[in-house]
Amino acid sequence: MTAVALLLICIAALLAISVGAVALARAKAATLLVYGAACAASAAALAIALWHVIAAAGESPAIVLPLGLPWLGAHFRIDALSGLFLVVVNLGGAAASLYGIGYGRHESAPARVLPFFPAFLAGMNLVVMADDAFSFLLCWEFMSLVSWALVMAHHRDAENTRAGYIYLIIASFGTLCLLLAFGLLAGPAGGYGFDEIRIAAPGSALAPVILALVLLGAGSKAGLVPLHVWLPLAHPAAPSHVSALMSGVMTKVAVYGFIRIVFDLLGPPEWWWAMVLLFFGSISALIGILSALMQQDLKRLLAFSTIENIGIIFIGLGLALGFGANAMEWAAALALTAALFHVFNHALFKSLLFLGAGAILNATGLRDLDKMGGLIHRMPVTAFAFLAGAVAISALPPLNGFVSEWLTFQAVLVSPELPQWGLKVLVPTAGAMMALSAALVAACFVKVFGIAFLGRARSTAVAEAKEVDRFSLAAMLGFVALCVLAGLLPGFVIDAIAPAAELLVGARLPTQAYVPWLSIVPVAEARSSYNGLLVFAFIAFSASFAVVLIHRFATRAIRRSAPWDCGFPDPSPITQYTGGSVAQPIRRVFGSLLFLAREQVEMPQPGDTSAARFRVEMRDLIWEIGYAPIAGIVGYAADRLNRMQFLTIRRYLSLVFLALVGLLLVLVVWL
Amino acid sequence: MAVIADLLVQGGQMLVVLLLAPLLTGLVRKMKARLLRRQGPPLLQPYRDLLRLLRKEAVVAENASWLFRIAPYLIFAATWVAAALVPTFATGLMFSWSADLIVIVALLGSARFFLALAGMDVGTSFGGIGASREVMIASLAEPAMIMVVFTLALIAGSTQLSTVAGYMLSGGVGLRVSLGLSLVALLMVAIAENARIPVDNPATHLELTMVHEAMVLEYSGRHLAVIEAASFLKLLLYVSLIGSVFAPWGVAQAGAGLAAYVIGGAAYVAKLAVGGILLAVFETAIAKMRVFRVPEFLGAALMLALLATLLMFMTRSL
Amino acid sequence: MINPLVYDVAHLLAGGMVLVSFMLLYQDRMHGLLNVFALHAVVLALSVAWEALVQHAPHLFITAAIALIVKAIIIPVALHRIVRRLDIHRSVETVVGIGPTMLAGMGLVALSTALMLRVTPGADALSRQDLAFALSVVLLGLLMMVSRRNAISQVVGLMSIENGLILAAAGAKGMPLVVEISVAFSVLVAFIVIGIFLFRIRERFDTVDVQALDRFRGENQ
Repeated sequence: MTAVALLLICIAALLAISVGAVALARAKAATLLVYGAACAASAAALAIALWHVIAAAGESPAIVLPLGLPWLGAHFRIDALSGLFLVVVNLGGAAASLYGIGYGRHESAPARVLPFFPAFLAGMNLVVMADDAFSFLLCWEFMSLVSWALVMAHHRDAENTRAGYIYLIIASFGTLCLLLAFGLLAGPAGGYGFDEIRIAAPGSALAPVILALVLLGAGSKAGLVPLHVWLPLAHPAAPSHVSALMSGVMTKVAVYGFIRIVFDLLGPPEWWWAMVLLFFGSISALIGILSALMQQDLKRLLAFSTIENIGIIFIGLGLALGFGANAMEWAAALALTAALFHVFNHALFKSLLFLGAGAILNATGLRDLDKMGGLIHRMPVTAFAFLAGAVAISALPPLNGFVSEWLTFQAVLVSPELPQWGLKVLVPTAGAMMALSAALVAACFVKVFGIAFLGRARSTAVAEAKEVDRFSLAAMLGFVALCVLAGLLPGFVIDAIAPAAELLVGARLPTQAYVPWLSIVPVAEARSSYNGLLVFAFIAFSASFAVVLIHRFATRAIRRSAPWDCGFPDPSPITQYTGGSVAQPIRRVFGSLLFLAREQVEMPQPGDTSAARFRVEMRDLIWEIGYAPIAGIVGYAADRLNRMQFLTIRRYLSLVFLALVGLLLVLVVWL
Repeated sequence: MAVIADLLVQGGQMLVVLLLAPLLTGLVRKMKARLLRRQGPPLLQPYRDLLRLLRKEAVVAENASWLFRIAPYLIFAATWVAAALVPTFATGLMFSWSADLIVIVALLGSARFFLALAGMDVGTSFGGIGASREVMIASLAEPAMIMVVFTLALIAGSTQLSTVAGYMLSGGVGLRVSLGLSLVALLMVAIAENARIPVDNPATHLELTMVHEAMVLEYSGRHLAVIEAASFLKLLLYVSLIGSVFAPWGVAQAGAGLAAYVIGGAAYVAKLAVGGILLAVFETAIAKMRVFRVPEFLGAALMLALLATLLMFMTRSL
Repeated sequence: MINPLVYDVAHLLAGGMVLVSFMLLYQDRMHGLLNVFALHAVVLALSVAWEALVQHAPHLFITAAIALIVKAIIIPVALHRIVRRLDIHRSVETVVGIGPTMLAGMGLVALSTALMLRVTPGADALSRQDLAFALSVVLLGLLMMVSRRNAISQVVGLMSIENGLILAAAGAKGMPLVVEISVAFSVLVAFIVIGIFLFRIRERFDTVDVQALDRFRGENQ
């Protein structure tokens, strides 16, 4: 049995579970059964995908199912690129299902979540495996609709309904753009299979249009600025394990769609496409993380952080396109490997962080950072896992986030060889924006971890929180282990990515498994290398040396007492710093320009005993300049067109008559 | 045999930086006092301070977590590893290929991450002040540092510090504008990162002027000793970095004889002394900036470093 | 054979001018601004003197001397006294804030470098870069004039534009009338400074009639 067939069986199993969940939803054991079965199916799919990637089975032959359009059928195939993304999807799916076994017990409306969860996993898998335009679009739309249903799971909350509405509009817009893109790609010959599209190369006039459409379509699903507005609304609205899937996995499926169309189906790239990608990637990275810093809601903060990471992935993809257009394939392989490594890394640590947020939500019922505090004492394992996720996302060695950032920087350092002036100016600027975003990410997660887990409890819900169940902890700790492994042994991940790079840009990085001491050497030994294992060993040695030295020569005495606080300790926990306070310096430096952040203090007159008020006003400029006018115009047009609801019968008949006459005129002129 | 010799040199380097770091801080403090016509503390006072702190009982807040207690060791370890990777008396160290300049910058970032978390652990507003200001300063200083790394890497062809130092030593460099701009940016970043005047006052007790001091306010005893040692190491790291890249004369090449190492050692101590004296003069001559002038200061450093990188990019093909 | 170090020093001095122009943009106090402008003129004098040495063009020494004496000493001292006498506001108000101004300055330097390097494909590398730096100094001076609300800062901006032009003229070998042009510029600036003086006097006293001023001073009573 080929890998494709086995995977299709797993997907069929997931769909069957979904159908079964409709019937079972009211049963008591439904949560355990559905999530357990979904976990098993995803784990099986993960194993198959891993076997495909590691055993380097190359391309599996396509399977054509007699579904969909009669003259086309539904083609499914796995090659090196889809194998990678299948690993990402199923890893996320298995972990989220495992987590769901514990988390789902607290679900208030299981009938609205359980049937759609396995279908969501199935949809994502199908998109990655699709080998023709029709099944790709069908599965893409299926994935969007099922995730919309999951976003609307708690529909009594008005915020969630609005989030679902905006998500649906932008998802439909994205699918429309992709539809047009595929139509242009198929060309006059009209063959929709990916094989036929590869052969029918579009002309140089059409290729930029297709790129723009794919950027709008796949970019909106991935969360590129300015099409990101749905992401911070929809991702927090869904249940936490679904948020982890949407942020950690579904955005990667969108990146897969982008890579598949632009790198594989579109033909040879132009150099200026790299400029477009670098521009949008850089502004996504910066705006994403700055918006995250201003947030008070934990899950919305994590959603904005996803936008930042997608920006970094697109910077890597832009570099790969630029190198590819200038026939520097080895450099393109480096940039593409960096981007794909970051795809894998982000799926790991973002899922971990969302699962942690879900654990906090379960234990305390809170999403507001400013009501949390001191959770490290009440939920120690969750705190440890969240800390590992925070260290990983801040790109600190020796965890995995650092490796992908290091590889992207190495790709930037290779780019002075590029001859075009636009790229010469834009690439170092993109590098600077990336470095700035990385520093801001560390700031953001100092804020998150510091306010949520450290300090003193700011509300009773948090002071009485209890650690979550074993399944949730197991899922989170699994991700922690994977982050550590990917950081210490990055050579193996790079080798796993290499066949995909070879497929897409025609070159690959040198095999890392044979480099002595398990370092990674992306370009040449003399140029630069990194050894995660040795760095970790050094740090461990230094820390142990310090501990041993101190414990031998210093006194071991320790005394617990009240905090020093310069002699003025305040017992009330609300005098601690809040999330907004920690972000205030950064808000003042960056926010006054980007969000028009203004602080207002209303002080009462002396003698007046009313409270003073402090208010921070921030405006979402992208919404105000981009979306609100469009919404206004649509509303206005809809109002005007509403008059057509109230016409007399004669008027309706004359409409039909005019349309008929008009069409006949067109026919006369055209024939 | 050669492997053992290399290992000894690497180990020797790690010990040298650890032992010399308090002396550098002692020199800076003594010079600052002398410039103000005071006697000042003895040169070896930081050593005595560390020993005194080690002997004291550590007083820990009641609600401090395990992170508070292990953070000093993590900070120290990250800073020590980073300092051990910077060439001091010899270049071409044994493990220099395992971690390059970007890793050094990121290790300092890890140390800062855990320091900020430790500051927020006890839940006082001082810790919050220190952490929030520190991450604001870091959000501009770290990109500036990375841009300086880019400039150096583009000039020398590699991000490994030994290769960069070796290239600067070989004399094929000439006086380049990008190097000048990146030197200015590196100096500005070094002042900010080491919490020196005009960015932060290392000897202050006023909340208005604290950044680093506010984060370590709750530490005492051996924990404080470890953190102080880490900040001494960080200053030494920056002075060594500037010395090995911009004033590389006297550094022994890899595998040279004992005489070359001794000369390298002497040159290194001389560079440290010159750096310390210059820092003391600069700190005495200038006043501390108000907090929200610091982002403009560091923004200027980032602009200069970015300009240096842009110039390298644009003039590459000429 | 000309020592490449010679070209490196000229290049470094031109880059130094760009650095000092950035320092001008960074200042937010009047005295600091005038002192940094004096530094600007000193670096210009050094650069022109070095060019005089290298190109064996002794008339450039005169330009260097004019830059040093007039622009580094006389004008800053005069402006310091004006600021103190007329009690002009000591802080420099900017239109957008120092951060965005420096960002714009960086964009201008990148733009002028990209432009100069594309427009002069035939010349040798270092003179192309020197021209790029000179254009950057001119553009940064213009940026200063545009982004400051204060008349003195705008004068300083104008003078730094002038410095940039002199730098470019000195760098191009064999440009005639450099000395005469710099004298003309200095006279122009002197007139502008006098004009500001008169403007402030008129604002204060509603007249520039010297007899009226004498009366205010208590003479001729």
